[in-house]
Amino acid sequence: MSRILVHGGRVIDPASGIDERLDLLIIDGRIAELGADLSAPAGSERLAALGLVVAPGFVDLHTHLREPGQEHKETIASGARAAARGGFTTICAMPNTEPAMDSAAIVDGVLQRAQGVDCRVLPIGAVSKGRLGRELTELAALREAGAVAVSDDGDAVADASLARRAFEYLSDLDIPLAEHCEDPAISQGGVMHDGAVSARLGLRGQPAAAELSIVQRDIALAEAAGAQFHACHISTEPALQTIADAQARGLHVTAEVTPHHLFLTHDVVAGSGDELLYDTNAKVNPPLRTDSDVQACIDALAAGVVDAVATDHAPHAAIDKQCEFDAAAFGISGLESAWGVVNSLVESGRLSLSDAIERLTIGPVRAWNLDRGALSGLGTLQVGAPADITLLSTDAVSRVQPASWASKGKNTPLAGRTLCGVVAATISQGRIVWDGREQ
Amino acid sequence: MVSEPMVEPLAAPAPRVPFDEPITDWRHRHLLDVDTLTREEILRVLSTASAMAEVLDRSVARTPALRGVTIFNLFYEASTRTRSSFELAGKILGADVINVSGSGSSVEKGESLVETLNTLSAVGADAVVMRHHASGAPWLAARTIEGHIINAGDGQHAHPTQALLDAYILLQEFGDLAGRKIVIVGDILHSRVARSNLWSLTTLGAEVTLVAPRPLIPASMAPGADEPEHPLALPSVRVESNLDEAIVGADAVMALRIQNERLRGKLLPSSAEYARRYQLTAERLALASRNAIVMHPGPMNEGVEIAVDVAHGPQSRIEAQVSAGLAVRMAVLFLLIRGGA
Repeated sequence: MSRILVHGGRVIDPASGIDERLDLLIIDGRIAELGADLSAPAGSERLAALGLVVAPGFVDLHTHLREPGQEHKETIASGARAAARGGFTTICAMPNTEPAMDSAAIVDGVLQRAQGVDCRVLPIGAVSKGRLGRELTELAALREAGAVAVSDDGDAVADASLARRAFEYLSDLDIPLAEHCEDPAISQGGVMHDGAVSARLGLRGQPAAAELSIVQRDIALAEAAGAQFHACHISTEPALQTIADAQARGLHVTAEVTPHHLFLTHDVVAGSGDELLYDTNAKVNPPLRTDSDVQACIDALAAGVVDAVATDHAPHAAIDKQCEFDAAAFGISGLESAWGVVNSLVESGRLSLSDAIERLTIGPVRAWNLDRGALSGLGTLQVGAPADITLLSTDAVSRVQPASWASKGKNTPLAGRTLCGVVAATISQGRIVWDGREQ
Repeated sequence: MVSEPMVEPLAAPAPRVPFDEPITDWRHRHLLDVDTLTREEILRVLSTASAMAEVLDRSVARTPALRGVTIFNLFYEASTRTRSSFELAGKILGADVINVSGSGSSVEKGESLVETLNTLSAVGADAVVMRHHASGAPWLAARTIEGHIINAGDGQHAHPTQALLDAYILLQEFGDLAGRKIVIVGDILHSRVARSNLWSLTTLGAEVTLVAPRPLIPASMAPGADEPEHPLALPSVRVESNLDEAIVGADAVMALRIQNERLRGKLLPSSAEYARRYQLTAERLALASRNAIVMHPGPMNEGVEIAVDVAHGPQSRIEAQVSAGLAVRMAVLFLLIRGGA
């Protein structure tokens, strides 16, 4: 029997409202006991949490693992190691692999490859075959194989008739359609936000209307079908307002924001130096937006309109970014800086610590109804829940150093910045997968 | 005709430029755009160009100012006037000039821009004159290699030597641009010429008005745009959609090229409708100041953005622009390469 005693920490479990100094005993991969001054049974491993917050392991609704097909950018194993270092114990893998995760067989293969890695991997199936937006995948078979949602992320389901049928078909399958909200007819190949900075840099812009257009369409389609619409990585104020209005009408609409959209504006593409930067590490889709959009994302997260912080972890090889801005790949490697960014919002008083942890744990679990069957209790520290735990420092500062990351993707516009908040240790399914020591 | 100088020097006497001595006080290593140039620096380029115009007027238009220097013209886009004028500028100054184009080189085999630049650097490029279809590519180049980078046009972003030669023509005409009304009409959204001219003309004190149908104006410059005061924004100028109103009293009108594929109904209704509303015609030009001049960066779509008689009429300075381009590019190469930065 494996036993771990996590002792001396400040336990915060947003699902139960607990916020006090408690010890936590793990036996065989499940939380066995939570209480003050627990004594460790013989043979227990002890993990000191003095001065640290003990929280449920983070759950990421939006991770790109690149396997199969682009293992030079990331593998399931390297992505899972990055997740563990970032405090994540469950990550949902987007289906834009090569081939796309558009069949039960490929989902099954990913689940097999994910056995024994440093966190739990939950696959997301594709909505359309090959993610081409033409024909529906076998959505029920994907769900039976373990898909927790379906998405053509990277692209919206641009064909409104296909989106309509997908929502209808999903209405009795109890999994969401996680939409990449970008109307390609409006964004038209834009490489950054359409605004003052794109005009200055002469780069094609994606207007905010491209996001709003799909959000409005999917609210209408999901409402008509009685299905769940999950809005991925929302980045603009009008889209957030529209989602809030739909939720207020009682519709099953959930949403996520990324750490980078909570923290960075389109200004970082140009940089702050004397010469324009054209920082390809800040090229991401949806693009970094205006300051008022950033503030709206933070407000919507604090208000609970946004259910989850999701990383949209999009690792790329160096060569994919060391090129002209137009030619560079979209995406930011985000797992290992997420806590530092979110905790910085806590530091600056924009978000309570409990809400910050909620949006990384039980928030995403509830959004996608993930705590079913063997995953009962996921995202909580209740007795019997999976022993997914992260130990967080809220005041330690550290510099973002992608070179030392476990992820193969070093692509982040945050490199060199100092963030407040460090992941001290992570326990995944009862196993210590990160203890702050690089090997 | 033969006795006429190729490029007229500026009205003010040009300071003597000692081409055989290095200069030490030009602080820019590259010319990426004109947005980092002060008014004094722009005037210095133009007075140096004026001295170059005198070189061009010699019976043997050659000077060894850049002897021993190797310049690569790296052009990823087709260009006649810019490429040939940079090539000639380098050769007149005694440099070795080598043309590399996007086709017929490793570029066609898929070599990355970074690799191509490293190759040019390894074979001893002192300067790379670069035209590229991707906005910002010269900034990447300047971070990649040691040599001087001269931006000969990047995507929809900047075309600094065009803006400098336009300023040369305007100063030649008006002496001083303070308060002069300059109208730029056409495809502002996709125009690197318009963007660079915005910086240099406002730096020189001109009052610039941009005229275009709304789909050809950057969203951030349209009325009611977000972040009008953004610190990175383009210079704030008047933006109009009605040319007949905007042109009244203008001292200079600059018509921009509009690509035919933008006039086929997806972006704008038709070529005919565009011409009806935005073509620079003699009737419209009559609304401008009596001595107004007409400019165009070329190549022109005569009969679309500009009427044939206007393009070749007495107020046109379009040919003079091309000639001035040579002197301005000589000045730019000289200042950057012999400038000490």
